[in-house]
Amino acid sequence: MIITGIAQGLIWAFLAIGVFITFRILDIPDLTAEGSFPLGAAVTIKLMVDGQSAVVATIVGFLAGCIAGIITGLLDTKLHVPSLLAGILTMTGLYSINMHVMGRANLPLGMQKTLMTMLPDSLDSNAQTIVVGVLIAIVVIALLWVFFQTKMGLAVRATGNNSMMSAANGIKTDRMVILGYAVSNGCIALSGSLVAQNNGFSDIGMGIGTIVIGLASVLIGQIFIRSRGMLWQLIAMVLGAVVYRLLLTIAMNVGVSPDDLKILSTIVLIIVIVVPMIQGKINEKRQLNKYLAGLDSGEKETINE
Amino acid sequence: MNNNSVLNMDGVQKVFFPGTANQRHILKNINLNINQGDFISVIGNNGAGKSTLLNTVAGTLIADAGTIEIAGNDITKKPVAGRSKWISRVFQDPKLGTAGDLTVEQNLSIAINRKRHFNLTWFKSKSERNHFKEVLAKLDMGLENRLDTQAKYLSGGQRQVLSLIMATLSKPNLLLLDEHTAALDPKTSEAVMKLTNQIIKENNLTVLMITHKMEDALKYGNRLLMLQDGEIKVNVSGDEKQQLEESDLMEMFES
Repeated sequence: MIITGIAQGLIWAFLAIGVFITFRILDIPDLTAEGSFPLGAAVTIKLMVDGQSAVVATIVGFLAGCIAGIITGLLDTKLHVPSLLAGILTMTGLYSINMHVMGRANLPLGMQKTLMTMLPDSLDSNAQTIVVGVLIAIVVIALLWVFFQTKMGLAVRATGNNSMMSAANGIKTDRMVILGYAVSNGCIALSGSLVAQNNGFSDIGMGIGTIVIGLASVLIGQIFIRSRGMLWQLIAMVLGAVVYRLLLTIAMNVGVSPDDLKILSTIVLIIVIVVPMIQGKINEKRQLNKYLAGLDSGEKETINE
Repeated sequence: MNNNSVLNMDGVQKVFFPGTANQRHILKNINLNINQGDFISVIGNNGAGKSTLLNTVAGTLIADAGTIEIAGNDITKKPVAGRSKWISRVFQDPKLGTAGDLTVEQNLSIAINRKRHFNLTWFKSKSERNHFKEVLAKLDMGLENRLDTQAKYLSGGQRQVLSLIMATLSKPNLLLLDEHTAALDPKTSEAVMKLTNQIIKENNLTVLMITHKMEDALKYGNRLLMLQDGEIKVNVSGDEKQQLEESDLMEMFES
């Protein structure tokens, strides 16, 4: 059961990484995720049904997500649609696109070999998923980490942190924002692609609630790893996604019905938003009391002298 | 216009909320020529158009009519990033000039690479780091030991000095100072102003500075502009400027 949770978490980790890029680095709440996740799934499964190899289908799924991100980015930066609305517009439009790609609401994969089942049969299905998840996670994290060490990567981070300062220093902020949206949604679509391959089908409804799952994973990851180094932050996303999946797996095992998983996701997200805030306040209070107590005893000493 | 000209504004107009009851004509036919090496202080009442003037030069606002040229290039319609090749700016709010979540080194790296952000080479470089250390050490504020500190943990004064260094690191054709000492306490404000003047002198920079402080406007720079109701009411330079006193300025304000 725990193994299943870990395996599932690894393929959902790319959703967390994608949400991290828009939510944490660009400081944008991007709802495109709800459309780009099933887009990655739809494109990949459709291509595989049509006879493409899983590798090609997965890469094209990723690229489709990038295009979705670029569209939201253009709406946001060039047409000045508020970012929240820009995401909603793309996500809504993608519903129709996804239907057209699949041709129906649910598209089963059939007998095609997925990235997971390409591996030797000696591994069971969870082990196959874990191997694929770990390998792709290493590649994605390494690429992103390298990117964020470059001048352009730094420009993306600066844009998310202070766009006024960035523009004043010659950064074409619109381009950086669009780039961020593209990479983010590419990762999210990649996650959708892997989840669909793992499930053996793509479904029009599989995007519902992804943004909540993604945000919860990001926040859980950041509770466990508080480093501000980019590499650790990216690794934290994988950890967050795995922990989140484990929570869901445990919930299902104690008898929570699948229908209630969405509300459970919402509750988990609320908890992980609120808990760190309360923790911070308690910690601040404790430090303050310690400091004030220190002042008191210090005063007494001076009196004694 | 002569060869010495850094910035030339010709018939620049800016109108806010045109056609509504709130219509305000903020810049009225501004003609201004700034020569290489000029250090201009701009004073004026609230709403006189000082900030609008600066924002129009910086590209935060686009002029509604007229032309703006810098070093012979027409930049009237260029966005902020496009102008950064020639112009850099220190904002009034220390938080605006630096990225708080990025380290001092990363902020400086962005400033020094202002012409090549679309670039996939490593931003960290040993030689640049040493260069930053040298520049910061000269300030004697201990900033050279805080290269890996996030800018948000610096004091307001330190952060503003960092902004100033970032703005002058690559020797811009024109430096815009937007009441850059107004948010600091009196002592820090004076120290930052002195440092500013020193950096300007050392690098022979051309400067347009907005200030609320009469004494700074009188003490620093070779030219003084006073804006009133969207027009340049006073434009003095050289000896004439040197002889001005605070009482003269107060009189001008009242007239």
